[in-house]
Formats: sequence, C-alpha cells, structure tokens
Amino acid sequence: MKKRIFALFLSALLLATVLCGCGDTKPQEAGGVGSDTTSSSREAVTGGELVVGISQDLGDSLDPYQLTAAGTREVLFNIYEGLVKATATGAYVPAVASDSSVSEDGLTYTFPLRKDVKFHNGDTVTSEDVIYSFKTCAETTVDTALAAALSSMKDISAKGETITITLSEPNPDFLSYVGMVFIVPADYTEQSTSPVGTGPFRFVSRSVQENLVMEKFDGYWGQAAYLDRVTLKIFEDANALMSALSAESVDMAIHLTVDQVATLSADAYKTLEGTMNLVQALYLNNDKEPFDNEKVRQAMCYAVNVKDILNLTGEGHGTQIGTSIYPAFTKYFEESLSDAYPHDTEKAKQLLKEAGYEDGFSMTITVPSNYTPHMNVAEVLVEQLAQVGITATLEPVEWETWLSRVYAGRDFEGTVVGFDASNLSAGALLNRWTSDDENNMINYDNAAYDKIMKEAAVTTDDTKQTELYKQAAKMLSDTAANVYIQDLADFVVLKSNLDGYQFYPLYVLDLSTIHYVK
Amino acid sequence: MHSIIRKIFTLIITLFMVSLLAFLAFQVIPGSPATNMLGTNATPEKVAALEAELGLDDPVLIRYGRWALNFLQGDWGQSYSYDMPVKDMVLEKLPATGTLVLMAFAITVVAAFPLGIATARREGGLLDRVITVVNQICMSIPPVFVGILLCFLFGITLRVFVPGNFVSFQENPGRFFLYMLFPALSVALSRIAMTVKMLRSSILDEMNKDYIRTAFSRGRTRADALKVHALRNAIIPVIAFLSVTAAELVAGSIVVEQVFTVPGIGRLLLSSIGSRDFPTAQAVVILLATWVVVVNFIADILYQYMDPRIRIR
Amino acid sequence: MLLAKKQNKRPPAHGVGQPRNHFLLAGGILCGFMALLILTGYVWTPYDSTNMSGMNKFLPPSLSHPLGTDNFGRDLLSRIMEGAGSTFFIALCVVLIGGIIGTVIGCLTGYFGGVADLVLMRVCDAITAFPSILLALVLITIVGQGKYPIILILGILFIPSFARVVRGEVAKERSLNYVASARLMGASHLRIIFRHILPNTIQVLLPIAAIGFNNAVLAEASMSYLGVGVQPPDASLGRMLSEAQTFLARAPWYALFVGLAIVLMILGVSLLTEGLQQRQRS
Repeated sequence: MKKRIFALFLSALLLATVLCGCGDTKPQEAGGVGSDTTSSSREAVTGGELVVGISQDLGDSLDPYQLTAAGTREVLFNIYEGLVKATATGAYVPAVASDSSVSEDGLTYTFPLRKDVKFHNGDTVTSEDVIYSFKTCAETTVDTALAAALSSMKDISAKGETITITLSEPNPDFLSYVGMVFIVPADYTEQSTSPVGTGPFRFVSRSVQENLVMEKFDGYWGQAAYLDRVTLKIFEDANALMSALSAESVDMAIHLTVDQVATLSADAYKTLEGTMNLVQALYLNNDKEPFDNEKVRQAMCYAVNVKDILNLTGEGHGTQIGTSIYPAFTKYFEESLSDAYPHDTEKAKQLLKEAGYEDGFSMTITVPSNYTPHMNVAEVLVEQLAQVGITATLEPVEWETWLSRVYAGRDFEGTVVGFDASNLSAGALLNRWTSDDENNMINYDNAAYDKIMKEAAVTTDDTKQTELYKQAAKMLSDTAANVYIQDLADFVVLKSNLDGYQFYPLYVLDLSTIHYVK
Repeated sequence: MHSIIRKIFTLIITLFMVSLLAFLAFQVIPGSPATNMLGTNATPEKVAALEAELGLDDPVLIRYGRWALNFLQGDWGQSYSYDMPVKDMVLEKLPATGTLVLMAFAITVVAAFPLGIATARREGGLLDRVITVVNQICMSIPPVFVGILLCFLFGITLRVFVPGNFVSFQENPGRFFLYMLFPALSVALSRIAMTVKMLRSSILDEMNKDYIRTAFSRGRTRADALKVHALRNAIIPVIAFLSVTAAELVAGSIVVEQVFTVPGIGRLLLSSIGSRDFPTAQAVVILLATWVVVVNFIADILYQYMDPRIRIR
Repeated sequence: MLLAKKQNKRPPAHGVGQPRNHFLLAGGILCGFMALLILTGYVWTPYDSTNMSGMNKFLPPSLSHPLGTDNFGRDLLSRIMEGAGSTFFIALCVVLIGGIIGTVIGCLTGYFGGVADLVLMRVCDAITAFPSILLALVLITIVGQGKYPIILILGILFIPSFARVVRGEVAKERSLNYVASARLMGASHLRIIFRHILPNTIQVLLPIAAIGFNNAVLAEASMSYLGVGVQPPDASLGRMLSEAQTFLARAPWYALFVGLAIVLMILGVSLLTEGLQQRQRS
C-alpha cells in the first residue's frame, strides 16, 4: 500500500516538473510611459463590456471627500470630476468648468462653468452645486494637503455661471488642488453608498470584496466612453487574480508585477509596462541615532545595490530613483540623481568608520506586511546591509500598526514603503519633508530645505519655481535623507482585442479611452 | 422540558459572554479605527476629532450597552471602512459561507456513513485496511494544503474551475456550485476521515456487546445485527461528533475561503479586523458564535432524543 | 518525536504471536526521518537558507538543489529543514503550555467542583465558541507578530481541550475507593490529586497530547498562512505555504514539498500514536 502511495506522489511530482517547463514566457511588448500606440491601425469599436481585475479591496468610503485609499481614488476617477482634471500628459484641462484663469497677483481664480454638464442623476450642474462642493470639501475632507490648500480660500462666489475663488495668499499649485475637489450635487447625502458625479461612467452597484459596477454615462459632456459597462472585479490577493487571468476570465488587470506577468500566455493578453508612480525608499528616522548622522545615511546609500534589488525582486524592471520625485514627474525629475550613490561597499565602510560606526550597528526595518513588493525589497535590503556590517532586522507589522506607530507616531528606525502624489504639483511629493509638516514622518530637519520650499510655494513664475523644486529635490539626495530605491514597475495586461489604455503620471485608472478593436 | 429551558439559558449566557469578550478584545487592540479611516492623512488631532465623532471616547461599558441594544433591535451599525450598513454587508456575504459549510457538511455525512459502515462490516478485510491507511493520510493533510492541491490539480492542470475567480450564485448558479465544491471538499476531507474512523470504532464497540451476541445466537447474520441493532446505538456518539464537525467546519472555512478567495463572512472578518472595522467584525463574531452554540444545543437535544438513557443535567 | 525516542528503547513492536504492527513501524520511520531532518536543520543545512540569488530563482528540483529553489533563489531543502524546525518547536511549546495549564485546571475543577468549576467550564465554552482566529488576531496585535506570540496564543487556545478531558477523568477517579482511603490516611487534597489521581490519567493524556501536537501543527500552518503567524525572514511551513501558493503555476514543487513536509510531520505522529494504542490493546 505504502509503495503505491509513494508512486502516486512521485507521479504528481513528475507532472509538476514537466508543467513548470512551459510557464516562463516573457512579456511580449513593453511600451514606455504614455499611451499605447501599438495598434493605431485597428478600428475602435464603441460598446462592449469589460471586466477589470484588481488585486486590492476597495475598503473605503465612496464619498469623494471621505475616501482615503489610492486604490479607491484611482477607480472613482471615472465617476467624479473637478472643475479641472488631470490628463495623461500631466497637465490640467477644464472639465466641469469650460476655462480657468488666474489674476496677475495669483489671488483670484475664475472658472466659467461649462454649459449643460449633467450629473448622473440627470440634473444640470449649477454654480450652487459647485459652491456646495467646495465648501463641503473644505470642511470635511480627510486629505490634509487638500484641506491645507483649501484653507487659504478666502471666498468663493458665483456671478451667473462663473465661479470666482479668492485666495488669502498666492498658491501657484492651487489649480492642482481644484482638480481634487470633485463636484457633487448639493445636499445629496448618499455619496458613500451610491455616488453621483459628472464623470464618463456612472455608478451602478458595489458588492463589498466582490465588485464595483459602472455603466457608460450617456449624458457626459465630453468625449463619451467607448465601453457600455465596466465591472471591477476584486481579487483580494494577486494569486487569485493570476489564476483568473490564466483562465482568461477577466479582460484586463492592473498593477501586476513582473513575476505575475511572466506566467501569462502572450497570445491572449498584451502587456504594457509603466511605473507605479511611487517613491519607494528605505525611509530613515532622521531623528534617531545613528540615522541623525548624514555620513551613516550616505554609507547606507552606498551599501545598497539597487540594481540587484531590481533584479531579485522585479527581474530588472522598475526605475531607479535618487530623491523624492518619481520619473513621471518629468518636469522635476533629474535622472542624474538616481545614481548619486553608486554601489560601493568600501566607501560605505569608510563612511561608517568616519562616523564612528566602524563595527556597524543594529537596526530594525519595519514594513507593512501586506505589501509584498515592499516586503520583498526589505528582505533583500537586510542581506545587502549585512555586507557592510549593519545588522538589520525585518519587523513586519500590520498596515494599521504601521499607520499608527510608524507614520503617525514616528516610532521607527527604518521602513520600506512607497509614497504617491495626490496631484501633479511637486509640492505633493516634496512638502512633507519640511521640518514642520505634520506628515514629515522621517523628522527631516533641514533649514535650507525649508527655506527653498517656502520660497517655491509662493513663486508664481513657473520656470523659477521648477528650478527651486529641483534644488530642493537635490538637497534630499545630497543629505541622503532616505535610501531611495525605485519607482516600481507597473504592468497592465489587456486582452489582445482591447486598446486605448493610458498611463497617467498619477495613480489613476482612466477607463473612458479603453475600447475594443476590430 | 425544564432541562431545555436551562440549556437555552446557558446558551444565551455564552453568547452574551462572547459578545462582551469580543467587544473588550477590540478595545485592547492597539490602533484606532480612526487611524485607518484617515490613512496617511492621520495626524493626532484629526484622529482625536474623528474618534469623538464616532463616539469612541465614551467609556467601554456604555458603548457596549449602546451597541448591544442597537444590535438586538436589528441595527448593526455602520461599517467604518466601507461606510455602509453592516447588516446589508454581512447578510450579503452569508450565503457564500453558508453554502460552503452546508456543502462540506453534506459531503462529510454522505461520504462518511457508507465508508464507515463498510469498513466495520468486514473488519480487517482489504477494504477496511485500505480505508484505514487512506484515512490516516487524509487526517494529516491541512485543509489549506488540500485546497492548494485541488487548485493545482483541478484548477491549473485540468482547468475544471478557475482558482480565485469566484462566481456568485446570481451570475451563474451552476458554476457557483461547481466552484464551491472544491473549497467544500477541502474543509470536508479530513472531517470525512475522522468521522469514518469514529463510526467504525463505534460500531465495532457495539458489535462486541452482549446484546449483539444475543442477536447472533438468535440466528441473526452479522450484517443484520449491524443494521437492526448496532447501528442505532453506534450512531449516537457519531452524532455528537458531527455536531462538533458542523461547528468546526465554520472555523475551517475561514481559512479555506482565503485559499479560494470566496467572498464570505470569514474573509469579511479577517479584513475588518485588519482595518479595525469593529462594527463589522463584532457582527460577524456574533454570527459565528451563534452558529457554534446553536449547533451544540441542537446536538444535545438530538442526543437526548436518540438515547433516552442520557438526561441533560 | 519525543515518543519516537522512547520507542527505540522498547523491544520490537511485533513480539511473538502478535500481528505485525504496521502503524507503529511506519510512524516510527516517518518520525525518525522528520526528526533527523529537523535536528540536522538546527546545526547544518545544505545551503545558507537566507542566501538569495537572482540567477537561481525557481530552479526545479535537481542534483544541486534536491527540492529546487524559491522566488528568491533560496535552496528549498534548506528552507524546509529550518521551517519544519520552527513549526515543530512551535507545536511542541503549544502542547506543553496547553497541556500543563489545561491539566492543572482540569485537575482542580474536576476534583473540587463547585462554582469555580462552573465558571471555568463556561469560560472554556466561550473560548471554544469564540472564533480562534479572532483571539489570535487580537493577541497578535497586542504582543506583536512572530513566533513567540503564536506559541502563546495557540497555547491558550489549547487549554480547554486538555482541561475538559482531564476534568472528566479526575471526576471519575475521585469517586473511586482509593481516593477516599487516601483521604482517610490524612493525605492532603493536592497530594491526592497530583500523586494519586494524575498518574492514572496519563493513559488518556498521551493520545490527547499527540492529537494536540497535530492540531498545533495544523493551526500554526493555518495562522501563518493567513499572515498572522510567523513572519519572514523567519521560516515556518505555514508561512512558506502561503508564499508558495503565489507561484503555484510557475513553481508547483514549492507548494508541493512544503505541504508534503507538513503532512509527513503530522502523519508520523498520528501513526505512531495509533500504533502505540493498538499495542496497548493487544
């Protein structure tokens, strides 16, 4: 009997070995950041249904001012719109407003409303709705940066169908924040369960941990969506999403890693590569010994071999970065900073010696355990730091613990996470490191940096402002504020008869341009 | 009758204790729901403000009382993370878990009884020996691993179903049941093995008792004696065991729901604890505990009904 | 595994005139094999189990890597040896904690009865009715994630099963004559419980402990699978299983070997127990 069972196991193993031989296909096409231009010759079809697989639960309110998760914001981009909205090329264009202009002194913004913009409930957007939206948002939004920007709003008024916003002090980035104030019907209180906006898709239903269904909004003011109906199917983990993909039961999936893409058949799906738009780093608590020593932080930067990290965790995909700016922010991204600290263990040891840590030291890297990409990178970091004598211990914690202890409590030594930007202003990525910012998790305290950021915030001349932000970003690199690693590679797979996916420089999923082709 | 009332009373006490324990447990979990709701916008002042808004700064017992009263009146509160009524959410998830547990239970009963009786009928026979060995192995495989093996064999290799691609009943009833078959099997497998073993030894015990010998002496065949006399008595401990099974299937299904990503209340429980969505977690805990306690209660009653010698104290 | 060592000192299981005890033999071999694997793993593994290599990712089983490699290019055999070691350690500690505390509670409540008995048994009921995963999550968020919290938590969860059985046995023994006579001879209650009654319950305790060990292995596997147990870089079989599931299509040997290790560990102990029980009966 025993023999037979062993034989059974053996044959199962053999089967396994045979099967694994054929799973290793490389992605067929990998376009850069930007729109997918590979099949422009094929004709776009209007209509059809789409099932998009996402491997993250939308555990959030659907209320535009209460939602906090990037994953929810990304999806609701299709339902809600602001007076202006972001485009794939990184600009803001008028949406609910037909135009936008700012006065010479940078204090008064005027937005004439677009005629006949309809809410999903059929009502026309009025100036009353817009004022209601701005006021409600300013009062209730949970987004600190947005709340801060709106607090400088001295007055909002309407003259006919033109909205005028007066600021108490100039804020060159104000338009970016206007894009985050979604316009909703005045006094409608069911947003959290049944959202109503003005976007190209209207909300149909939501089933927690299962799906969210949207339908094309026929009364949309702009270029109507191609698809009739989109179901976002929630797979709580990547495994499940992968098997659904291998069975071709979803049409499209976003935010995949290279490991996952590698297992898919190239016939059924095409793969597009972009970036996650995250600043992933080993964030160091600049307030804690020995990380208060610039030399120690620089030594750590030299000790870490980002190329190896990318090879081990992402088969070489991902973009190396050197400061708190990710590549899609083309205006501010300086590629030279990415390699400011080339891998050099000797130099790292030398710097540690100068700093008085010749024998290395021990540290703890706290990582939210539910984010596999960060966990994987942290596991490699532990190995690499060990080579210069730094004994790092990986401490995986729950996301909630991370939020309260590491992020809000700032009680940590090092942590691996990624920060995203909520709008297209450089401030969205850089403001947090000013010494008095409440989100300055790493306690970065650099008077020169504060000064330059303050100056940039009120500089209305765009070229000059850009220059200042670039200087600030370089400062983060020079002082080795953190061990910057990468902007993770972001893979999107689409059935081969789908087209029109656009990568945004923000964490956004634009479904309106996706279409089937003939 | 008196004893049943007594039992019901203890049942209510147990449920009360469970709900209180769960409520207290959520108090000692570090981290506040407010932090999670605010995400990376959480600053100490904002957290405090939101906590006040949610009524989290009242004393624990007052909050428990408030929650318990509302719960009994059918108001299960509002989910912190999803910002929608807990009751709608939980009731929507219940059918999936319910189907999983009932299917697993049905599979256990249907598979275990014939096998158990067959092995006992010819003790030491080929079938008995084969099943005993298979049993030992089945009992040693964790449900998680059974699930993974099924995914590999039927999902990836044979492509009978798509692991992870849950199909809801509304979408397609046929595929829903096909999909649920595999998680149900995963939870049931080791339970089948245990029940078979239990039934076999219980029957064999009975067969060796005097009254069966008497039956033999009156000219009954072994098979007859088994059917007419032994089985009825042998089944009593098995019923008790099955009730434990029914209760433990629920616990097992929490893990297996995760393997097959069935959107049931197990997954809801895990995610709600993770995000400190206490109203949701609390409601699920009460549901699970009620199931366990009620199943045990029914088993007690059955036990008493089937064997009048046993009186519930 | 402890049982295995004891077994070796005894005469062969199949004495003259007795049927061969297959269970005992198979259980002994399996336990011996796993013990060898685990003990070796504590002092030596074929490769450094933390050594990562991008070149060696997902190598199928071969001569240099008998069980293949994982997603970081780590040698799977080495990882399984370590993982099995920590799973074994956890299960052993859990049985010890649950067994000792459970036995003490069971003895006291079974012997003295009364209000304490009622209350403790209701608490045991509540613990049993309480979803164990919830208790685990609560304790983990308080104590922190990792090996020792999971031992503590599972240990607590295992108390009721021991307490119930011991309580039943003690209550049964208490009514027997020898207890009354010991009492007449002036023995204290505690002495009676621990010197006279307890040794008589060992017979029932051993199989319960073996079942407990297996359940602990299963529970650790489930908890770590759900991500609330052992955390990387610590290896445990449950944790590895959940990692392996991610790569099921690409590297099925990963999940198969890890799962097999769990199965063998449990199977060994349960066969051995079964064999011992059979021998006792004959």
